[in-house]
Amino acid sequence: MKKLGLATVAAMMVGAPVMADLVFPSLSYRTGPYAAGGIPFADGYADYMTLLNERDGGIGGVPARILECETGYNTEKGVECYEATKGEGSLVYQPLSTGITYQLIPKATADGIPIHSMGYGRTSAKNGDVFSNVFNYPANYWDGASGGVNYLLETNGGDLSGKKIALVYHNSAYGKEPIRTLEGLAEKHGFELSLLPVDHPGQEQKSQWLQIRRERPDFVLMWGWGVMNQVAVQEAANIRFNMENFIGIWWSGSENDVLPAGDAANGYKALTFHGVGSDFPIFEDIQKYVVDAGKAAGAGDQVGSVLYNRGLYAAMLAAEAAKEAQEIHGVAEITAVQMRDGMEALEISEAKMADLGLPNFGPSFAVSCSNHGGDALVGVTQWDASAKTWSLISDFKATDGDVIGPLIDEDSKAYAAENGIEGRC
Amino acid sequence: MLYREAGDFSTTYRQDSQTFPIKFDRYRYYAVLLVAFAVVPFLVNDYWVNAILVPFLIYSIAAIGLNILTGYCGQVSLGTGGFMAVGAYACYKLMTAFPDVNILIHILLAGGITAAVGTAFGLPSLRIKGFYLAVATLAAQFFLLWLFNRVGWFYNYSASGQINAPERMVFGVPVTGPNVEPWAMYMICLVFVFFCGILARNLTRGSVGRTWMAIRDMDIAAEIIGVNPLKAKLTAFAVSSFFVGIAGALFFAVYLGAVEVGEAFSIQKSFIVLFMIIIGGLGSIFGSFAGAALLVVLPVVLKLVGVDMFGWPTDIVAHLQLVIVGLLIIVFLILEPHGLAQLWRVAKEKLRLWPFPH
Repeated sequence: MKKLGLATVAAMMVGAPVMADLVFPSLSYRTGPYAAGGIPFADGYADYMTLLNERDGGIGGVPARILECETGYNTEKGVECYEATKGEGSLVYQPLSTGITYQLIPKATADGIPIHSMGYGRTSAKNGDVFSNVFNYPANYWDGASGGVNYLLETNGGDLSGKKIALVYHNSAYGKEPIRTLEGLAEKHGFELSLLPVDHPGQEQKSQWLQIRRERPDFVLMWGWGVMNQVAVQEAANIRFNMENFIGIWWSGSENDVLPAGDAANGYKALTFHGVGSDFPIFEDIQKYVVDAGKAAGAGDQVGSVLYNRGLYAAMLAAEAAKEAQEIHGVAEITAVQMRDGMEALEISEAKMADLGLPNFGPSFAVSCSNHGGDALVGVTQWDASAKTWSLISDFKATDGDVIGPLIDEDSKAYAAENGIEGRC
Repeated sequence: MLYREAGDFSTTYRQDSQTFPIKFDRYRYYAVLLVAFAVVPFLVNDYWVNAILVPFLIYSIAAIGLNILTGYCGQVSLGTGGFMAVGAYACYKLMTAFPDVNILIHILLAGGITAAVGTAFGLPSLRIKGFYLAVATLAAQFFLLWLFNRVGWFYNYSASGQINAPERMVFGVPVTGPNVEPWAMYMICLVFVFFCGILARNLTRGSVGRTWMAIRDMDIAAEIIGVNPLKAKLTAFAVSSFFVGIAGALFFAVYLGAVEVGEAFSIQKSFIVLFMIIIGGLGSIFGSFAGAALLVVLPVVLKLVGVDMFGWPTDIVAHLQLVIVGLLIIVFLILEPHGLAQLWRVAKEKLRLWPFPH
């Protein structure tokens, strides 16, 4: 009890609002079955903020502070982390977990704190009319599904009729997200869709790949995360499935996923909404101000990996939104409510990215009141096993709004009706 | 000096058989209730409620439920997570199908539905024992999770397979959904814990509880003295599942608000509740509370001390937490197999003699 008392006092001392900085909570997971994905993302997120502090003295003159809280990809711990950090003036939450995002959508909306679920979370949050505090720019799962199908269309002369596509997915909210879109697209383009769920954590996939071997689908799409990815790539190699025809979502396209399979993974593809590799000017600054200064987060060995870049990108978007908010409201020390306005007014152009040292790093897009999801541009990357690098093989291209739009409308309207939300735009 | 029977005279049978025969104990119990009902709701904030109090209360109900089955009746169960999922999904289906009915009734009904499901899965216990029963309940765990993940009807065919608790009121105060006040969340859980605790305590010290314990201690002997094993085992399964179902319903509707079955009610949940009753003490209602408190509070305290006080990296603290909880379980199993409840019992014996031990 005494220990608890001490700890509480300490927590209160630390927890007292210090308004002299911009707080960016990082609900990371450096432990558990999904740590291999959580570590590089958290490192990239923290390193970018460190870079801003070291090089520019913060955002608009106010230092940024990363508040890290370990969730272990567990929703209960996610809630605990949210409650523990929200009192410290947290500006935006990026939980990197669809489950935790679902949990936080109503809570954060009630508390007036924005959530940025970049490429995960609830897809229909794109409809800002209903989801006032949730943002999922620049792309969401349904864009991913459509982007993957579009890429297949492009490489198959614009016709997929009669082809068979199998979806191997993590049997959770995350993995189930693309099914509706793919069903819609299957109807539109006349391909046959088969669904192969893989249960958490995904180490056991023999039966799914046996089925793939039997049914011989032309293409396999995958919605996997953590250890499931590398097992799937290995299994695909074992049944000699042509890697060229195997496309993963952006959460299934990092170095961790393909390295264990060695040369057999060569040619595996993954979707993306940001650039890969460390061939951008900003990495010189990161090396100089962060890594060489000994201020890198974690072990500092993730710089330039796919998920590190994604963390970096997420931090960049958050920092840009904060700048936008500072400009709109004319104050340097913004609040979460002001941050939300900044996110809603965010515009990322080619010129802006080049200024930041990230030329062509991601698609250019603009957020508006009714569109919280950006312009839904999706690219494709491919793994080269001999060079051990991912490279962008298809630029960021538009996805099928005709199919996704109505689905987003339907799902967000259902949420609005369930929760009695009036449109705001 | 204060803690003893001397001077406290019972004049009726009712007084003689009350739960707390010692005056000091009785007043302590009333004091705890007073603080819990009349003081705590005015002090709590979001963090205390969401990180400590509500999980503690909900896990207490689940631990009491499992303790009835495992601690009192001796039937090992690894299906707690699955049964909590039954409670959660039953509550969700009822909430969305009958939005006008009070949520309290839904939670009780969810407990009832879980009791029925638990009884069905308890039937094998009439034939199999020990490890084999544990495996059978493990099968229940996996089957139920598969069912809720697979059949769209259970999650109203939502795109992601998640279930979300809509807003529901009790006496005009929201207790589920995003706008719930921390004290309301705390109070609804507390009310359920209070009644569940009283119910469990009185069941276990009455004739039903005695038949459970007879079955636990030696089922053949129990049968010879006239205990019906069918009735005893199935009532234990039903009552246990009722509590676990209520815990599951509260866990989903009040605490988390949105649930994904494979993540929230995985085998992990079954184990953590089992650890709670092992550390707390098998066959003790107090032990269920103590175990739940320890396993809910310990990670939070470790985190506060490690991350906020000493500024250690979050991953090291998370790993340390696993080590410490594992170590605690081993230490308890070796040094005090009867758990925290036994420590409390020993302390009470010492208190009775104090200040003149012989």
